[in-house]
Amino acid sequence: MAEGPFSPEEQQRFDSALAEILTHYPQDRKEAAMMPALRLLQAIKGWLPPDGLALVAQRLGTSKERAYEVATFYVMFHTEKPGKYVVDVCTNLSCSLWGAEKLLQHIERKVGLKAGESNGKYTLRETECLASCGTAPCLQINEEHHESLSPAKVDEIFSRLP
Amino acid sequence: MTEKIITKNWGQEGSHTLDGYRKNGGYQALKKALGMKPQEVLDEVKKSNLRGRGGAGFPTGAKWGFVPKDSPKPTYLAVNADESEPGTFKDRYILEYDPHLMIEGIAITAYALPRCSVAYIYIRGEFKKQAEICQRALDEAYAAGLLGKKVMGSDFSLDVWLVRGAGAYICGEETALLESLEGKKGWPRLKPPFPAVVGLFGAPTIINNVETLASVPSIIEKGAAWYAGLGTEKSGGTRLICLSGAVNRPGVYEISLKTTIRELIFDPELGQGMPDGRSVKAVIPGGSSAPVLSADEIDVALEFEALKNKGTMAGSGGVIVMDDATCMVRCLWRVARFYAEESCGQCTPCREGTPWQTRILRKIEEGRGVKGDVEQLLNVAAAIAPYPPIGLGNTICALGDAAALPTHSFVSRFRAEFDAHIEQKKCPYGDRPWGHFGGGRA
Repeated sequence: MAEGPFSPEEQQRFDSALAEILTHYPQDRKEAAMMPALRLLQAIKGWLPPDGLALVAQRLGTSKERAYEVATFYVMFHTEKPGKYVVDVCTNLSCSLWGAEKLLQHIERKVGLKAGESNGKYTLRETECLASCGTAPCLQINEEHHESLSPAKVDEIFSRLP
Repeated sequence: MTEKIITKNWGQEGSHTLDGYRKNGGYQALKKALGMKPQEVLDEVKKSNLRGRGGAGFPTGAKWGFVPKDSPKPTYLAVNADESEPGTFKDRYILEYDPHLMIEGIAITAYALPRCSVAYIYIRGEFKKQAEICQRALDEAYAAGLLGKKVMGSDFSLDVWLVRGAGAYICGEETALLESLEGKKGWPRLKPPFPAVVGLFGAPTIINNVETLASVPSIIEKGAAWYAGLGTEKSGGTRLICLSGAVNRPGVYEISLKTTIRELIFDPELGQGMPDGRSVKAVIPGGSSAPVLSADEIDVALEFEALKNKGTMAGSGGVIVMDDATCMVRCLWRVARFYAEESCGQCTPCREGTPWQTRILRKIEEGRGVKGDVEQLLNVAAAIAPYPPIGLGNTICALGDAAALPTHSFVSRFRAEFDAHIEQKKCPYGDRPWGHFGGGRA
């Protein structure tokens, strides 16, 4: 793998983690490890670059097309490089009943993006129910969950981003 | 006061750790089960009237009984921790506060099933913290000999692997979950064959919800008769209800199956009533897929049979309350958008129908509706799944029904509001469609 997606250190991390993951599956079902393998790739690279997808497919004994099909089906997988902070704001029913639409507008003004847009720093998305309806409204930033939000609380969370 | 089974350890220090769990008698039920014959464990769960807490409410013991006794293949247990039905947020807290309760339930269940030595927990990708807590709990259980080879020194062995999803509501559907576990996109499978016969990797597979499995240890510990006695004739035990929307105290409550929606909303120990000056307009009783009820229909127990008799369903226990200042068209539009977003695209009626519903609803809400739009909307919904009764959908899985039922039920209960939008060429609620709390938290 001279032209792989990884540096030598990353390659080592990928190889050892993938070897452990594969012990969770029957030996003739390596391709079943697609979800954790893609998650691993994304944890290392921050997204799923094409050469990374190809490597995952090759290691799991399946096609690049299969890897791409899975990668594009799930919203948490990024087949394009996202901003440094992926901000997912829930606007589903219970959150909207607690002001999620207004909160999203506040965040849109704050980061200068409309939901669905991206720049180098932020990817802002309207997302579906995050199963936090009793503490609505809520959002996630790079998979970190924040709940019972007000505009002031959002401002504080953003101000603490490194 | 309802007896606490699932939530009994919540709020106690270290409830998510093995030490904390054992301090409260944890893993005694597994020890007891391992001294019983697997068939005796299964019989006990059958007699308890435990019904699935994921949405369908299917009797758990009967489901386990569908696994063929004499198959050359192993049996898998798949734990559905893909909690994503809008309005549902109970499994989140089981995983966070008491993961060992679920793990003990997994071990007992796997023991009761024939040839089951591997379980997969499929947890939704957004539950990062819960996945980490759960994995630590699994590691603790392995280290203590409660999982792995020779569980508690018996001849029973069990591996439990945690798999994280990546953001797809459809993977909560049991056969889509299996597809995802097999490393594929989450496209539901046609049934039959049912997963209990042909499931994961072509082998018999039981799929149970987190809360369902967390109910199992107490049944073994205290007996089926005790558990059945807590519930109603056909549904044993207590259940977790997730209360959200326009109430003073949203949250997860462990309640008796005899509790009514009105009691849930107004009891000072539970929802603590409506905000000042507001009354109930509508309640979704079982996650956003469940047909909505109007204010005069809420004296109904939050129980499978009672809600079925009202033309709706207990579903996943997600109760969403809307107050009298809330626009029903706006609510239905948002619900419809969800199903359009989450439709997997496999079946035409759902793939095409869910965005079509959304477009019509948007048009009506934005004041561009014309006469005939509501009929058109109902036609589209009926093409996905006619109603009543529930369950006649024209799609492989129940997402089609889930997308059509809100439309049928919102229109049948609140038709006048849809017509008012069209007649006035605007939303009568102006820029405040979301009711009392819709302006957000201060």
